Amino acid sequence: MRDLLQHLWTHYHYVIYIALMLIGLYAVLAKGNLVKKVIGLNLLQTAVFLFYLSIGHKTGGTVPVLWEGKPDAIPYENPLPHVLMLTAIVVGVSITAVALALIVRIKAAYGTVEEGEILALDEADGQGGS
Amino acid sequence: MTQHLPVLVIVVPLLTALIVPLVERVRRGSAWYLVTGALLFSTYAAIQMLVQVSSGPIEGSIRYALGAWSAPMGIEYVVDRVNGIVLTMVAVVGLISAVWMRPSLKMEIREQARGSYYTVFLLCCVGFMGMTITGDIFNLYVFLEIASITSYVLIAMGKRRQALYAGYSYLIVGSIGATFILLGIGHLYMRTGVLSMADIVALFEANPELFEKSDVRVAFAFFTVGLAMKMALFPLHGWQPSAYTQAPSAASLFIAATSTKVSAYVFYRISFSVFGIQFLESALPVIRDGLLVMAAAAIVLGPLLAIRQNNLKRLLAYSSVGQIGYIMLGVVLLNMDGVTGGLIHFWNHAAAKGALFCVAGALVYRTGSARIADLAGMGRTAPWTATVLTISGCSMIGVPLTAGFLSKWYLGAGALAADRWMIVPVLLASSIFTAIYVWRLLSLVWFAPKEAVPAVTKEVPWAMRGPALVLAAGCLVFGLSSISVSIARDAARALGLGS
Repeated sequence: MRDLLQHLWTHYHYVIYIALMLIGLYAVLAKGNLVKKVIGLNLLQTAVFLFYLSIGHKTGGTVPVLWEGKPDAIPYENPLPHVLMLTAIVVGVSITAVALALIVRIKAAYGTVEEGEILALDEADGQGGS
Repeated sequence: MTQHLPVLVIVVPLLTALIVPLVERVRRGSAWYLVTGALLFSTYAAIQMLVQVSSGPIEGSIRYALGAWSAPMGIEYVVDRVNGIVLTMVAVVGLISAVWMRPSLKMEIREQARGSYYTVFLLCCVGFMGMTITGDIFNLYVFLEIASITSYVLIAMGKRRQALYAGYSYLIVGSIGATFILLGIGHLYMRTGVLSMADIVALFEANPELFEKSDVRVAFAFFTVGLAMKMALFPLHGWQPSAYTQAPSAASLFIAATSTKVSAYVFYRISFSVFGIQFLESALPVIRDGLLVMAAAAIVLGPLLAIRQNNLKRLLAYSSVGQIGYIMLGVVLLNMDGVTGGLIHFWNHAAAKGALFCVAGALVYRTGSARIADLAGMGRTAPWTATVLTISGCSMIGVPLTAGFLSKWYLGAGALAADRWMIVPVLLASSIFTAIYVWRLLSLVWFAPKEAVPAVTKEVPWAMRGPALVLAAGCLVFGLSSISVSIARDAARALGLGS
């Protein structure tokens, strides 16, 4: 038990990322409001960003720019996860943009952004059809 | 130029996609020629590269370092025997649906929106081809997101308001899946420190003790769940039926014939070329058994759920759920015959499902909806389309002399070789259920009472009939000739499976 607690304490960044991820997943799955689902999705993605950044971190690490007197790679933070997350953030923004655009259109077409009400309206329209 | 084909196959449609809206603005209707031209080039390049790797040694591949930055630093594109099959499938289906979609879009998409439709469609093709050709796992994620975001948009462009909600649901599920894949990549990077697939698998081969590490196993679990969501593997297929039903017919044709299968291919690639066969054989029997159960459930329940549908597109969507099960069965069986069966099914299913969605699109084109009851009497008024439905339907059942028979034959043989004889009755049951829904369609088409007035009054234009006939002919050619089998067999050998 002591070992486990110590392990969690020294690896607190994993605890944070998993907690954030679960909160995000919960929001996506349990919330009925379409906008809240998108917020949950953003939380989920942010958790992954933090996970990546934390695996590139070193205690006492510094900016990966060549400093005088520090010619080897040891004192620098790993820049690669940061670069990867730059791409992933752009992807996340695009997904959010598409999702919000769809929500605007859904609101115009159905008059609501609540999942339950949309499904009820579809039910009333009758299933099937093209 | 030939040495640059691996990058041109991506770059040409990518750049064309960017100028398409401008061209469409200058001259309405001219963008279609550009789209078709770009995909014609990609098809040529894909076939050229498949021929080139097929004539080389078994393990041979074409490697292309982007910007001349070689593998550990830069991104590498790789074409080998396995992804040559998938790349050709995506390019050919893309070209065929581009030709097919012009009359269909006139009915289903507003004129002002057509330019953007072409752009999104081309970007979608780029995404799927990129997922296939890349040799870098992070680049794979980027292309996966390109393909996914464009698919959400294509689906949401359907005519009815349900399309918006179908696109949104797919966006939520797809993004969760993609985030899981990103986490898988992160865990893998944490342990290995490289992103190139070739480097990772070399590292694993040199240090098999890494397979015992929990982060490597967690990475594989994340990849499996994420990709299962993207490929709509039972029971994670919830988004798929309404997405295929509500999308414009042209989009459902392309997406149904390629998207879930490209995700299934990525699972092949991750399993064989990133983790390696050793990992699959030894490390996680639980995941293999679990996937076997999921694939078997998909194979039986997909066609079973299809039987009771009233909408042709929805019926075909449920049948796709079953077909993905076949492809996943191949990788789970992990022997020569099983993987061969899985790999030929990429082509066979693309031809059959593509042809069937052409028929569904023709039905929408003539009647405005995809109600199955409207097929009645189509055999008299539209004999060509009815013939396409007959041939591709037989291929779905697995009637001998059609392509579907070969897939099932090899998968059955693979199941017996792997001592999983329980799979054989599963395959037979699936064929029976498929026969039931195909017969329901065919009896309406050919044997409707004479006095009933058919809803489909006449044949669709040749621009739609031609591509459908090409796909239907594909079902027969792949069934009668051994060309696809020999290509798939060599590909299975290249994956490291003994004969």
